[in-house]
Amino acid sequence: MYDIQSIRADFPILSREVNGKPLVYLDNGASAQKPQVVIDAISHAYSHEYANVHRGLHTLSTIATENYEAVRGKIAGFLGGVAEEEIIFNTGATHGFNMISYGWAMQNLTAGDEIVLSVMEHHANIVPWHFLRERMGVKLVWVEPEADGSFDPARVVEVLNDRTKLVALTHMSNVLGTVVDIAAVAEILKPRGIPLAVDGSQASVHMPVDLTTLGADFYCITGHKLYGPSASGAVWIKSERMAEMRPFMGGGDMIRTVTRDEITYNDPPHTFEAGTPGIVQMIGLGTAIDYMTNIGMANIAAHEASLRDYAQDKFRALNWLNLQGTAANKGAIFSFTMDGGAHPHDISTIVDQKGVAVRAGHHCCQPLMQHLGVNATCRASFGMYNTVDEVDVLVDALETCHRLLG
Amino acid sequence: MAVAAFEEIVETFEFLDDWEDRYAHVIDLGRAMPPLDENLRTPATKVDGCASQVWLVPQVKGDVITFDGESDAMIVRGLIAILRTLYSGRTATEILAIDAPAEFARLGLDSHLSAQRSNGLRAMIERVRLFAASAA
Repeated sequence: MYDIQSIRADFPILSREVNGKPLVYLDNGASAQKPQVVIDAISHAYSHEYANVHRGLHTLSTIATENYEAVRGKIAGFLGGVAEEEIIFNTGATHGFNMISYGWAMQNLTAGDEIVLSVMEHHANIVPWHFLRERMGVKLVWVEPEADGSFDPARVVEVLNDRTKLVALTHMSNVLGTVVDIAAVAEILKPRGIPLAVDGSQASVHMPVDLTTLGADFYCITGHKLYGPSASGAVWIKSERMAEMRPFMGGGDMIRTVTRDEITYNDPPHTFEAGTPGIVQMIGLGTAIDYMTNIGMANIAAHEASLRDYAQDKFRALNWLNLQGTAANKGAIFSFTMDGGAHPHDISTIVDQKGVAVRAGHHCCQPLMQHLGVNATCRASFGMYNTVDEVDVLVDALETCHRLLG
Repeated sequence: MAVAAFEEIVETFEFLDDWEDRYAHVIDLGRAMPPLDENLRTPATKVDGCASQVWLVPQVKGDVITFDGESDAMIVRGLIAILRTLYSGRTATEILAIDAPAEFARLGLDSHLSAQRSNGLRAMIERVRLFAASAA
């Protein structure tokens, strides 16, 4: 059974008040709060087991290296049991997509080649491809979601041609909550030999992910959304693709020898991890993944599905609330606007008075805002520790907004 | 320091002890402010640093400075209306002497709203002060 009160007790920040009211934290899509075990792991590492990794032969460096490298296996396991060597540590999905863009796409695409994106993508999975458009003349081809926010994999087929060299899609929209059927897209791309890059920033937080069967070539995750430290994360890259990559950041740790005239590289994945990494951040992420795994991703998904259904029913009863994205297969992420011209920033400011944290803005998804015909939305995004009572607090706060702003 | 119209706003806010009423009043003040002509909503009049869209159009009339403003967010619109009242009928030199954040603090709007960087109040105040400095 899912012991929500015990889970909540693990997150110290959830017991604080905001504006004199109990905090209702519904901005998990932007960043999740941290359980005490993660905070303790960070503190423990700095207090007792800290040194640089992969460098010293002294005791502390050895311990720090072991603790840090152990996280590779934890992430590989968390993502379905892929090979550890296919996990590259980084600071999150933004770093991951830049790595795929510079490290893989720049070596394997030429002017006129096409990259297919959905308009639901986060800027992290858009801007690095615009860089290639600006610098190499690759073409960006866009696929739109259906009116209800669902994503039809058949739309991808319509835009493929012999210049398509990559498809890059989110696994779960950070604005609409839509779950994209990545396996179905992979089936379409496989016979054509087109690689598939996936933004798992949201999906990996909310549902079990098995990369051994998903069919993707690249999969980015973001540590701070996974209840881990900020600036932690990873990208999984299938070994065949990793073999096609060149390192895009140079520096310490990624080399074997450096002379005045030449360099030789370290083995993958270290080839792609230049400089002193976020040692303690990654150790903290390992602890966060252990924490989530102990609770069970299927259990977390089931809890959040019940929150989604409860919230959806409550929201639908508010006839002045315009929900964006009502796909049948979606996570507990709700974007909305309000009749009467209330700006999402007004809504966010008012609900904050009731202790409710929601995000207002374009959510780093301007092409999606343009597609929806809005400047901004309000977004309530739920996590493993949220409750149906918190849905009620949000709904009450929204009713206050409607009274004041409607 | 502040003019009578602004003192009236301060007095009204003193009456309102519930946050909801204070916000409702900010929104009402915004609603009562005349809209800014569409033609004046240009990149030049837009104030950067605001989470919502804000435009300010200051002008010199005789020896005093007036300004019109607009925002797509109602609470921000109310803040512009209050700022307009605070600065209305003042010379450039007087405007530069006003401690606007301190005057806003007298309204008892929660400190978060007044201090919040993202609502752009500081950016708006800065825009008016820059104009006043160039006109002084």
